[in-house]
Amino acid sequence: MLAPDPEFAIEARNIVKRFDGEAAVDGIDLTIRKGSIFGILGPNGAGKTTTLRMLLGIIDPDEGERFLLGSPDPISKAHQVGYLPEERGLYQSMKAYDAIAFMGALRGLPLAEGRRRGRAMMEQHGLGAAIDKQIRQLSKGMAQTVQLLGTLVHDPDLIILDEPFSGLDALNQGKLERLIRAQADRGVTIIFSTHVIAHAERLCEEIAIIADGKIPFKGKVSDARDRLRPQVHLETRNLDGPWRSAIPADCQPLGHNWHFTLPESGVEPLLHALVEGGAGIESLSIERPGLHDAFVQIAGEAVARKMEADANNNGEEAA
Amino acid sequence: MIETLRAAFVIARRDFTAIIFSKSFFFFLLGPLFPLGIGIAAGGLGSQVSRDIDNPVIGVALSPAEADKLLETRARLTRSLGSKSLPELVLLSNFEADEATIKAKLNSTKSLSAILSGTLARPVLTGSERDVNRWQGKISLMAETALSQPTPVEIETRLVGQTGSSSERNQLITAQAGQAILILLTMILAGMVLSNLVEEKTNKIIEILAAAIPMDAIFLGKLFAMLGMALVGIAVWTTTGLSVALLVGGNFDALPSPAVGWPIFGVLMIFYFSMAYLLLGSLFLGIGAMATTVREVQTLSMPVTMGQLLVFFLAYSSITKLGEPVEWFAVLFPFSSPFAMIARAAQMDNIWQHGLALLWQALFTMIIIRFSVMLFRRNVMKSGQAARKKGLLARVTGK
Repeated sequence: MLAPDPEFAIEARNIVKRFDGEAAVDGIDLTIRKGSIFGILGPNGAGKTTTLRMLLGIIDPDEGERFLLGSPDPISKAHQVGYLPEERGLYQSMKAYDAIAFMGALRGLPLAEGRRRGRAMMEQHGLGAAIDKQIRQLSKGMAQTVQLLGTLVHDPDLIILDEPFSGLDALNQGKLERLIRAQADRGVTIIFSTHVIAHAERLCEEIAIIADGKIPFKGKVSDARDRLRPQVHLETRNLDGPWRSAIPADCQPLGHNWHFTLPESGVEPLLHALVEGGAGIESLSIERPGLHDAFVQIAGEAVARKMEADANNNGEEAA
Repeated sequence: MIETLRAAFVIARRDFTAIIFSKSFFFFLLGPLFPLGIGIAAGGLGSQVSRDIDNPVIGVALSPAEADKLLETRARLTRSLGSKSLPELVLLSNFEADEATIKAKLNSTKSLSAILSGTLARPVLTGSERDVNRWQGKISLMAETALSQPTPVEIETRLVGQTGSSSERNQLITAQAGQAILILLTMILAGMVLSNLVEEKTNKIIEILAAAIPMDAIFLGKLFAMLGMALVGIAVWTTTGLSVALLVGGNFDALPSPAVGWPIFGVLMIFYFSMAYLLLGSLFLGIGAMATTVREVQTLSMPVTMGQLLVFFLAYSSITKLGEPVEWFAVLFPFSSPFAMIARAAQMDNIWQHGLALLWQALFTMIIIRFSVMLFRRNVMKSGQAARKKGLLARVTGK
C-alpha cells in the first residue's frame, strides 16, 4: 500500500465494487485536492453514489484502496467530514434544531453546542420560525435545508454532497450554490455529484465524468472544454469567393450564416483569409465549447441524453 | 361504488401477491407447527420437572426385620397401586434412631424427605410439617398391611422446621420463579428490538449514521437504549408490585431463600436479565435489521418468540439436574445460560461461577453483534437495484 499524499482530501486507487457479480464501479482512480470544489458528473446508475459511499466508508471496495483525509479508515475521520446522502432522511419526531445538533453529535460536536449552532444556523437561513417544529411539520424544502445544515454544523473540513440540487427549486438551488461557495472560501473541500452539468460548470474547479462505473475524464473544467475546438459563427454578404477555401469544405450555409469548427491554424489566419478573400463579413463570433459539449464528446451522446433525462425526472433543471 | 371495489381489488391483489410470494411467508405457513410443538414440549416438561422436584424418599430406621417387612409390603402394594403412588423407602442401616440423630440426618441428607422410626405397631414419622402431613396416611397404610391388621396404625409425628429435602425443594421453587420472571421479562421486552432499525431504514437515516459512526456503535447504542428502557419498566413494575404486596400485608419472610441469599440473588437477577436481554436483543436486532418493512418484522415475530420458548424449555428442563450434562449444556449455551445460571444461584451458594458466566455471555453478545453487523453491512448496506430487490432470506444468507 502506498502512503497517501497529504495534498489530497481523497485518494482512490483502482477501486472496484461489484453487486451480484456486476461491476458498479470498475477500477476508478480519483484524487481530489484539498480546498477544491470537485464535481462528479454522470447519469443514474453510472456509479456516483457507490463511489461516494466507498470513499466515505459506508461500504468497502471489493478491490483497490481509498484514503479519506489521509486515512484508509474513513469512519475514523468522520468528525472532519459532512455528508448529505442522495436519499434524505431525518427522524420525523425530532425538533428541527435538535436534528441538526444530533447530526453534529454523531460527528463529535457536543450536543449543547450543536443545539446552539443549530438555532443560530436556522435563524441565519431564514428558518427561525421552524426552529422548534418537528421535522414532520416542515415542508420538504425546509427539511432538506435542515439536513444540509446538519451536514455543516460541526464545521467539517470535507463536505460530500450526493445530488444536493435534486428536488430543489431554482431559488433554493441558487442558495445552495452560494452556500457551497461560502464553504469553499473558508478552505473546505467540497465534493458533489450531480446530473446537471450547469452546476458543475458554475461551481467546480475540477470534475470527474463517470459512466458505466469508469471515469473517462478527470481534470479541470477548462481542460474538458479545451478538448473541443472553438465554434465559429459567421455571417457573410457573399456566398462564394476565394475566402471559401478558409472554411471547411463540407460547411453548408444556412442562408448567409455559417457554423464550423475553428481551424487548427487559429483565429488570425482565418480572419485574414475572410477579409482578403472578399467574404463581406457581417458578423463573426467565436464560441468556446461548453462543458455540456465536452461531456457529450467524452461520455457519448447516449450517456449525455440519459443524464439530461435523469435531471428532468428529478425536477433538477439548472436554475 | 364499483370504482371503489375496483380500486380495493388493485390494492388487495398487490398485497396478496406480495405476501404469498415473499420468502418470509414460508415462516407463516410453518406457524401452526410452533405452538403445537411448544405445547407438547411444555406439557411433558412441566410434569417431568414437577416429578423431579417432588420425588419423596423416606428413610426407614426400624429394626432390620420390620424394615424388610415394610419394604416387601411396599413392593407388593406398588404392583397394584403403581410405583408413583407410594413414597420411595430407603433403609437406614446401622442408624441410631434417637431424635437428635434423626434431625441431624434430615438436615444433612437432601434426598430424605422424612425418617420413619419406632416400630411398625407404633411408628414415628419425623420430617417437615408438609411432608409429615402428606405421607403419614400412606405410611400408616403400609404398616397396617405389613402387620396384616385391620385397625389403623396410629403414627406419631415429630416436626422439624426444615429438612435438607424441604430447603432443596424451596430453592427449586425459587429457581423456577427466578427463571420464569426472567423469561417473561425477556419475552415481553427483547422482542421489541426486532423492529428497532426499521425506522432508520424507512427514513433513510441509516445512511447518515453509517457514514458517521461505526456500525457496531449503531447496534450497541440501539441495544443499550432498549435495555435502559426495559430496566426502567422493570423498576416501575417491581416498585408497584412490592408496594401493592406491602399494602395488602404480604409476608416476605415466607419466601424460600435462595442459596446465595436474597441481596445477591436480586443483583444477579438484574445482571442475568441484562445479559439475556443483550444476547437475545442482539440476535433480534441482527435479524430485524435484515427486514426492510414492518410486515417482514411481523412475520419474523412468531418464530422468534418460539425460539425464545425453546431456549426457556432447555433451561427449565435442566433446573432439577444440577451438574448433569443437560444442565451444563444449558449453562454453556449462550442463549439459555442466564436462565440456567439464575437457577444455579437459587440452588448453589458459590458466587465465582456467576462472574465467569456473565463474562461468557458478554463475550457472546459481542460476537453476535459483530456477526449481525457484518451481515448488515454486506447484505443491506449496499447500493444498487439488485440489492434492494433481494428477499429477506437472501439478505440473511447473503445468497
